[in-house]
Amino acid sequence: MPDIGLNAYLLVAAAIFSVGLGVVVVRRNAIAVLCGLELILNGAALNFVALNRYTGPVGRVDGQMFAVFIIILAAAEAAIALAILLNLYQMTNTVQIDEADSLRN
Amino acid sequence: MLEFETIVFYALAVATVIPALGVMMAKDIVRVAFWLLASLSGVAGLFIMLDADFLGVTQVLVYIGGILVLILFGIMMTHRDPVLMDAGEERRRSPFTGLAVTLVTFGALLGVIIGTGWNTATAGDQSRGLRSGPLASEPTAAPIGKALLTDYVLPFEIVSVLLLVVLCGAAYIARRGRDEEASNA
Repeated sequence: MPDIGLNAYLLVAAAIFSVGLGVVVVRRNAIAVLCGLELILNGAALNFVALNRYTGPVGRVDGQMFAVFIIILAAAEAAIALAILLNLYQMTNTVQIDEADSLRN
Repeated sequence: MLEFETIVFYALAVATVIPALGVMMAKDIVRVAFWLLASLSGVAGLFIMLDADFLGVTQVLVYIGGILVLILFGIMMTHRDPVLMDAGEERRRSPFTGLAVTLVTFGALLGVIIGTGWNTATAGDQSRGLRSGPLASEPTAAPIGKALLTDYVLPFEIVSVLLLVVLCGAAYIARRGRDEEASNA
């Protein structure tokens, strides 16, 4: 079996990213869509960290900084999204995204 | 004879990707949340394997301790009976649509990853300050803290204001009964 290199980590990150995209496409429940979004963000962060580890100069943590900011922004996005979903639930009594169609002609 | 690092990597890769598929396939929304928990834990392990110990711990604290709890609260507040929710209630597209999207995206990314000549350092490059194979890992909390107060001080300050605004905004958006208050006033 080959040594674990950069490609292995990039492949795992790509797998998480594409599964997250599939979740966003398949799910109708808005909270599950949010879970898929978190998977996508995690795949991106894993890419940053892996490339920083394998191609960056020793002692620099630039890729990890990007991952730190991704995590911060993911937290902010989850908080706002859930607040909006609570409002949506109070208005329509559902969080199925295809039922939130009151703006359609 | 497999190296220990190889075994741990494959275990973590499986523990990350299989639960991610569970997020797509599970019928119950609570199960989706717990599959997400498993997948995020796997990513935390991968971070630690990449010498990013600070990020691994942050992932556990923020994602699992924060975002996942937030998601579970969101599930509880947007379903009348989240625990015994009827499995067939959530309508969704056929999982095969999702699998097709996943496979197409993954195939495209696979082609890019395999086809790109990544500029990874070879053993001889280490004299030039590039790293290659496994190194003796050093703690990354100190370099990250130093970077936050030197090179990244502007994004750091912007993000701190952003977090303040987001928390106030989320509390304002989510509060209950704005209409009644307005009509009573």
